[in-house]
Amino acid sequence: MIAKTPKSGAARRQFIFDSAKMVCGVGMLGLGLGLYAKQSKALPALALRPPGAMPEDDFLGACIRCGMCVRDCPYNTLELAKPETPVATGTPFFNARNIPCEMCEDIPCIKACPTGALDHSLTDINKAKMGVAVLIDHETCLNFLGLRCDVCYRVCPVIDKAITLDMVPNTRTGRHAMFLPTVHSEHCTGCGKCERSCVLEESAIRILPPKLAKGELGRHYRIGWDEKSRAGRSLIDESKMLDLPDRLPEGAVLPGHYDPASGHTESMRGMPGSEAGAISSLPPGLGGKP
Amino acid sequence: MSAAKNKRIGAEAVEEKGWWRAHKWLILRRISQFSILALFLAGPWFGQWIVKGNLAYSYTLNFLPLTDPYVALQSMVTGHLPETLGLTGMAIVLVFYLLVGGRVYCSWVCPVNIVTDAAGWLRNRLGIKGGSQLGRSTRYWILGMTLVGSALTGVVLWELINPVSMLHRGLIFGMGMAWTVVLVVFLFDLFVTSRGWCSRLCPVGAFYSLLGRWSPLRVLAPARAACNDCMDCFEVCPEPQVIRPALKGEGKGGGPVILSPNCTNCGRCIDVCSKEVFTFGLRFNNLVSTASLR
Repeated sequence: MIAKTPKSGAARRQFIFDSAKMVCGVGMLGLGLGLYAKQSKALPALALRPPGAMPEDDFLGACIRCGMCVRDCPYNTLELAKPETPVATGTPFFNARNIPCEMCEDIPCIKACPTGALDHSLTDINKAKMGVAVLIDHETCLNFLGLRCDVCYRVCPVIDKAITLDMVPNTRTGRHAMFLPTVHSEHCTGCGKCERSCVLEESAIRILPPKLAKGELGRHYRIGWDEKSRAGRSLIDESKMLDLPDRLPEGAVLPGHYDPASGHTESMRGMPGSEAGAISSLPPGLGGKP
Repeated sequence: MSAAKNKRIGAEAVEEKGWWRAHKWLILRRISQFSILALFLAGPWFGQWIVKGNLAYSYTLNFLPLTDPYVALQSMVTGHLPETLGLTGMAIVLVFYLLVGGRVYCSWVCPVNIVTDAAGWLRNRLGIKGGSQLGRSTRYWILGMTLVGSALTGVVLWELINPVSMLHRGLIFGMGMAWTVVLVVFLFDLFVTSRGWCSRLCPVGAFYSLLGRWSPLRVLAPARAACNDCMDCFEVCPEPQVIRPALKGEGKGGGPVILSPNCTNCGRCIDVCSKEVFTFGLRFNNLVSTASLR
């Protein structure tokens, strides 16, 4: 080993100081970059990832920013984020209001991806979850105003599954129906064609990340009618259900009065409060909100 | 003295060897850089899709995948493995640079090299001296930081700000404000630190230098005895520290091969030397001269 001369001592001091300088300087750069990375994970709500994209946290680690998905998209839907875009630099995204996803059956963007950033196990585009459409503004949606715009419903590639028109009475006129576009998230791929085609100046229906768009039931919740249809029968003994008396005028009969013990449950169908469609039996213009 | 000082780098070489031979490797290098760029641009500009993608990953003629191993490595430390094509591309690139020298990427491929060479040239013409001192090891610290940082944040960290990919991606996919980053690199090299970006800060170059640690293709100085100490090679070299051991190391028993992994094999020293001291060759040529010395 080298003897401990004053010279080697000084050299060692110098080495330690130089290293400390580097650790501090580069450490500061790293800290700045790390915080920037943290921020870049906050993807703006209207920037959508290509189909099959991993959750944002994983996506930013898996995507190498090569742009192959952008190149193989036949509709120029995708673009790579520029440094000034509020999306992590170089990563692919699309804005549904500009160009929506056309849901190609062969999903060329996923095939082009050299990493797992776009999940290669997604082969059915109908199972994609780029986001969830939300009819976000009930005040400007033309169908909510009582008109038959229906455009978002008509353009939906998963029409009658992802978006349905649900008829409810128009209580403003008292004599018309409203056909409310209703999104069913389990079928919505988030392609954005509805958002693109909304005729308003600002779209009333928008694709949001599922995390923003969806509520979540408590895990212990059981939905009675689902359990019933799954089991083929009620999970509880309905004959032993306690039914409290309804407050009715003397001698009045309430059709569909829920009284399992009396065996009248079937007539419940079609009545207010039933899940089986509240409207059809209501006289036009007389129904309040169920 | 002042006349010699004002003399342009390589002027003597132009006189002795003619303009072409005094610029040969520079021109070939520019042709290489611009051809690679042209291949990438032929798709978006002219619809000729020979190469798709960018320097991070590209697919040539639907046949040849090429992956930047540094970007892929950052992705891998976040816990994600590329797909087969991505991995194959990485292997091809690794083998290529292991053979020709990692920093061949810097001088023959990287688009930022054109920017920093321009800054270096202008700095020389304007006679700008001095500036802040940044250690040449800084880049290795930054390289380490980006890998540790990628693992900690789960984000391919350097790609958030990497001027190399920003410029290349900008040219191919749309520039946006990426030009400001490139301008900062240019001004930094021009006014703050000579060869500051490529030779001191850039972790991409640092990564590739490690790749080229044992590469056989090297610049050598077999005719070092003819050196007339004009200093042109030191002046023109982006990494002048790599030249001395080979050019002046004979007395200490050093061979004529430039062994430093930071030599970018740009060949400018070969160009500007009027005495034709330097040439491209293999690293094994080092053994002969050291053996003859002993």
